Amino acid sequence: MKLTGAQALIKSLETQGVDVMFGLPGGAILPVYDPILGSSIRHILVRHEQGAGHMAEGYAMVTGRAGVAMVTSGPGATNVVTPLSNAYMDSTPLVVISGQVATSAIGSDAFQECDITGVTMGITKHNWLVTRAEDIPRTVAAAFHVATTGRPGPVLIDLPKDVSNAEMEWYWPATEADLDLPGYHPRLDGDPAAIARAAQLILAAERPVLYVGGGVLKAGATDALLELAERTGFPVVTTLMARGAFPDSHPLCLGMPGMHGNYTAVTAMQRADLLVALGARFDDRVTGKVSAFAPAAKVIHVDVDPAEIGKVRAPEVGIVGDCRRVIEALLEALEAAGLGHDDAAVRTERGARGRPGTQAASRPARDGWWAQLRAWQAAYPLHYEEEAGGPLKPQRVVETLRALSSPDTVVVAGVGQHQMWASQYWRFEQPRTWVNSGGAGTMGFAVPAAIGAKVGRPDRTVWAIDGDGCFQMTAQELATASAERIPVKVAILNNAYLGMVRQWQEMFYAERYSEVYLSPDLPDYVKWAEAMGCVGIRAETPEEVAPAIEKANAIDDRPVVVDFRTDAFEKVFPMVPAGGSNDDIVVHPSQAQGRVVQ
Amino acid sequence: MSSAGDGEPRHHILSVLVENKAGVLARVAGLFSRRGFNIFSLAVAPTDDERFSRLTIVVDVESAPLEQVVQQLDKLVNVVAISQLAPEAAVERELLLATVAVDAPRRGEVIELVGVFRGEVVNVGLDRLTVMLADDPDTVDDFERLLGAYGIVELQRTGRVALPKLGRSKAD
Repeated sequence: MKLTGAQALIKSLETQGVDVMFGLPGGAILPVYDPILGSSIRHILVRHEQGAGHMAEGYAMVTGRAGVAMVTSGPGATNVVTPLSNAYMDSTPLVVISGQVATSAIGSDAFQECDITGVTMGITKHNWLVTRAEDIPRTVAAAFHVATTGRPGPVLIDLPKDVSNAEMEWYWPATEADLDLPGYHPRLDGDPAAIARAAQLILAAERPVLYVGGGVLKAGATDALLELAERTGFPVVTTLMARGAFPDSHPLCLGMPGMHGNYTAVTAMQRADLLVALGARFDDRVTGKVSAFAPAAKVIHVDVDPAEIGKVRAPEVGIVGDCRRVIEALLEALEAAGLGHDDAAVRTERGARGRPGTQAASRPARDGWWAQLRAWQAAYPLHYEEEAGGPLKPQRVVETLRALSSPDTVVVAGVGQHQMWASQYWRFEQPRTWVNSGGAGTMGFAVPAAIGAKVGRPDRTVWAIDGDGCFQMTAQELATASAERIPVKVAILNNAYLGMVRQWQEMFYAERYSEVYLSPDLPDYVKWAEAMGCVGIRAETPEEVAPAIEKANAIDDRPVVVDFRTDAFEKVFPMVPAGGSNDDIVVHPSQAQGRVVQ
Repeated sequence: MSSAGDGEPRHHILSVLVENKAGVLARVAGLFSRRGFNIFSLAVAPTDDERFSRLTIVVDVESAPLEQVVQQLDKLVNVVAISQLAPEAAVERELLLATVAVDAPRRGEVIELVGVFRGEVVNVGLDRLTVMLADDPDTVDDFERLLGAYGIVELQRTGRVALPKLGRSKAD
């Protein structure tokens, strides 16, 4: 069967199982837009290519499948650079297809020419410039394989216009060996000897912490993690990228560590004698000053990316492999050492009882450790203060939103104070219910990512919790959501400031506020929402919060934007000052007085 | 240059088999620059299999742990295999070409020096000589230093290539 390169590309995407893609056409990608008319793939026309990229990310983060975005050459391609960088930092599988000028014009500074494979080399897992139409099916199959296996990540296929127009004989690569990837071999099974050593450390630990990162979600390892936690009776911390990987309501859950993590999660890691890092990468926002991080802890580090092992912290045991497979192998090793599943131990701090006569029977008690953890939790819960008749607190909005929404609601955040409050005050119970920009810290992520998430999970309610600064960066995509009937909901925590920057200027720059004020009324968010075909609602007092949310939750035929006017002076606590030791965690001022000394 | 005092050598040699595809060198160079790894030298050559090329990279192991350099390189999809060669376990060679300003009366001294090092005179002009030496990099350093006394007009070094030293038992 003869096809044009453009037809082959669309047929390749269909064969790959793509059901939706996000994009915006232009000159160099025009040939590919023609066969979209007859395709089974739903194409969502965005208003800016950055929106297409973030939508594809939101889609990928809730479904676990690769998100697909399509853009034209030059500025179309450069507009998707930020989403590629974001997906690279957060290991999100993304396949971006960019048009390119004809091969004969490459290098001539042609109209809308940009060396996008050169530009994106450092922020993609891999990229391809396709120069022959017959390479298209193999390249598409390879792109999806690379994006979704091993440590997932974004890839880009750059497709010159003459290659789209050229004819080729259709085929589909039958096996992985046909993908022509001689240098790509992800290691998925952990080394048994290393796993056995890890089991020994686990059985000997007195002050353990399971340090859970986003890799656990990507590997679909949440069930295995639950079993590991319950069998060992180890406390669990979930990083910003791992919120939802372990239920916040579980008694073993300590919540989020890091710069704005809660006191117990941060301090548990600092005092631990064993950290079991699962799909986590010792990010600076988690470790604080590395040389002062968890000084007494031995480290077991499980990661599918060999380069993460020892990159920041040298582990006692490094295990390269897929988190689910490694945790399952670890469970077998523990079983062999006498620590089997124990129904009576589920959800208890004790963990399973070791079978008599086995090594597990004599493992150290951790009662003192748990008593310490519970004491910290009692002394330093997440805390904010409201006064009667005072301003609306952003934390109140998040808590009310959570209380009035189903636990399977997908929550999406941008970057800044609102993101931290969402991650702290939402209670996550299920995997893939939290979508945010972690590593890259991309402001403006929430609106488009929420649209992508809703496309991926139309059965779920999707709430974006956004800041007013973030919202203004990408809000135009709500026109896309209205046009495509994608009923997302956006809660703007409108404090009229670039709030996190304001917080740093207050705390570290002697309250010298430089270029952070935005105004609560400019733009008028309700009118803006209405102009884009959404319902706009405003809530200015604590009393108005619940009715606004209920009204928004009742609307399911169009997007809703709620403008919550929140306290401009509220700060995110706790906080570890940048570059400081986690021991120097700053708690809410009202808690600082009675600070417990260890 | 090749060792810092009497301690561990500063450099390590990586022999990297890569796919012979457009942009591979840029991917490797880009990785080194964005991760802050330093390179002492880099040599690229085809292999006996036209699908692959071989890069010989001399890495500054003070800029980053060797293991991290290797693991990051290995993540590049076009990198097929990496072998690490510790300096003491490798045979290293580097080629130097130098044009020296030397008039007729002192020409003999340079030719004698080239002879001592078992190099070659490859070109002769009225007041210049172009000479060549292929040897282990330390010897090439010495040669360059001694030539310097005569005034080096132009100098080109290839960067080192290396293979593992052979053991005394039979290869299988």
